[in-house]
Amino acid sequence: MRSISFAQAINEALSEAMRQDERVICYGLGVDDPKGVFGTTLGLQEKFGDHRVFDMPTAENAMTGVAIGASLNGIRPVMTHQRLDFFLLAMDQLVNNAAKWHYMFGGRRSVPITIRLILGRGWGQGPTHSQNLQAWFAHIPGLKVVMPTTAEDAKGLLLSSIFDENPVVFLEHRWLHNVQGHVPEGDFRIPIGKAHVVREGADVTIVSMSYMTIEALHAMEFLEKNGVSCELVDLRTVSPLDWDTVFNSVKKTGRLLALDTGSATGSVAGEIVARVSMGLWSSLKQAPRRLAMPDFPEPTSPALTQGFHVRAEHIAREVAEMLGKAIDHGQIAAQRKHPHDVPGNWFNGPF
Amino acid sequence: MNQRNPSVIPAGLPSGGAPSSQAKALLFSMKRIRAVEETIASRYNEQKMRCPTHLSIGQEGIAAGVGLALNRDDFMMSTHRAHAHYLAKGGNLPAMIAEIYGKVTGCCRGKGGSMHLVDEEAGFMGSTAIVGNTIPVAVGLGLSIKLRNTNQVSCVFFGDGATEEGVFYESVSFAALKKLPVLFICENNFYSVYSPLRVRQPEGRKIHQLAGSLGLPASHGDGNDAVRVYDMARRAVDGIRRGAGPQFLEFTTYRWREHCGPNFDNDIGYRTEDEYLAWKKRDPIVMLQESLLGDGRATREELDGMAATAQAEVDGAFAFAGQSPFPDPSEAYTGVFK
Repeated sequence: MRSISFAQAINEALSEAMRQDERVICYGLGVDDPKGVFGTTLGLQEKFGDHRVFDMPTAENAMTGVAIGASLNGIRPVMTHQRLDFFLLAMDQLVNNAAKWHYMFGGRRSVPITIRLILGRGWGQGPTHSQNLQAWFAHIPGLKVVMPTTAEDAKGLLLSSIFDENPVVFLEHRWLHNVQGHVPEGDFRIPIGKAHVVREGADVTIVSMSYMTIEALHAMEFLEKNGVSCELVDLRTVSPLDWDTVFNSVKKTGRLLALDTGSATGSVAGEIVARVSMGLWSSLKQAPRRLAMPDFPEPTSPALTQGFHVRAEHIAREVAEMLGKAIDHGQIAAQRKHPHDVPGNWFNGPF
Repeated sequence: MNQRNPSVIPAGLPSGGAPSSQAKALLFSMKRIRAVEETIASRYNEQKMRCPTHLSIGQEGIAAGVGLALNRDDFMMSTHRAHAHYLAKGGNLPAMIAEIYGKVTGCCRGKGGSMHLVDEEAGFMGSTAIVGNTIPVAVGLGLSIKLRNTNQVSCVFFGDGATEEGVFYESVSFAALKKLPVLFICENNFYSVYSPLRVRQPEGRKIHQLAGSLGLPASHGDGNDAVRVYDMARRAVDGIRRGAGPQFLEFTTYRWREHCGPNFDNDIGYRTEDEYLAWKKRDPIVMLQESLLGDGRATREELDGMAATAQAEVDGAFAFAGQSPFPDPSEAYTGVFK
């Protein structure tokens, strides 16, 4: 199968959805500009016309309401924001309207909108370009919150999101946009609400989402060389969360390490630790653990972000501690060939 | 508290001379809305309507005028004070009263209450409880009309307070940019809860002029003159339907009773009894009745007949609501997603 990037997979999903259904429209600041939102919307306006693919006023709140209103009359809008942080201006429309509409109007009408939000990290993104607020969205009944890791999942989940009858917040980590992967051509769907067991293992269950899954894979590769076998559950959807898959894995291993790209307090990882503790207490061999961002805004200077994020070495250290093993996790950082604040040498900023 | 009357009471007599069928339709619409809300007010203390309820008694002229100017398949959206709009658009009355009673036969099966009304069959697409919050949604309906090329109009009601919200500017601006078929109706009743305009907007501001500067035709009228409201709304709707883009109409009016609830509150000090009485003299229903009686377009018997018809319908709706079952408690845990 051919290999394409996460960003190209997003572009294919949008193109496929618009080709299939003329009710699908796509708008957001910069969707038709020369950069095409990190390449994810390039070429769509040429293919589908400027009535279906268009730039918008810098008016995040109203334009979210516009999506809701259009969806009440059969349109399926996909809205895109280059950073999640910009979308915070639209919380009234998202929380008071999109999330509530179907429930508060007695189930008479749902709001089938998809909101793509890009999350940042590192390279000076700083306090207001790097927030990972998936737990906020997951806290609101009525929203589906999707967070793919692989290119394949990005395409399959975006198509499922667009054709879902409910509002979906679709979170793309900027550090994943260049990740390559095998992606089926044409229409293909990954169901919302189903986690993926990426690797099977025996000793510890690592539950992760989005970019943290990549760090977990690096950690697991290293751990495996040191005789530690982890099972990795990539959530793919953080709401509704696939508790069956999480519980089945923890039942098998008896140990849980929950990872999160957001700050620790009130995080999705915290919810996983809570529910596993409540539901599987007798299956647990030891207390569950969590690795998430510190409860601080992300600073800007590369000096200040050194060691600020959870990386593979931290995951490896945590797992080794859980198992009482002494391993030299410092090797992971030592082998890294690019600066700490970029996902790889492909990334030169600025955004 | 009041240094001067913050409300601006229109001078002069209402516009007369409308064809009697239209004038009578407007009058009946207003009388029906008034009968509904007076009945809510008189029965509110029974504690069976257990939700915040915002009455528009005194403001019926705008709802009736705009409602008559729209077609059934046009869209309308509204605010926390939505009863009049819903009814003027043809919303189902028993379903509205049942909703306020929290019954399963309510328009939202008891999940919405007075502040969340919907009747899509009548084109009433929803009202919500957050100031300014339905303005962009109505603009989105306008976008959908343009995309689907269906020649409908999307109309949204909001108050003077909503024009202080950022989303108002964002929404009007986008509608003007894309020339969307949207009719913006600002009901300026001079107060946001207890806060008069003078503590909220700079002296001398005209809301319609401000709106006009955003790039769409905007004008102003006396909201207690239902015939005038109807004429202005009809002209605006005609233009919008011809593809001329959105329009903005500001109507001044006055809420007789308290912001939320059935009582009068002129005694608590945020506005004066004199101001209220001056507006009450300009009751939109009485003004139109007098106009119709004055030139012989209607008889007293006809008007009495209208009142009786309206009250009978209202009584029937309350009986329906009272007799309807509550939703099963298990329904609270259903319907988050479709």
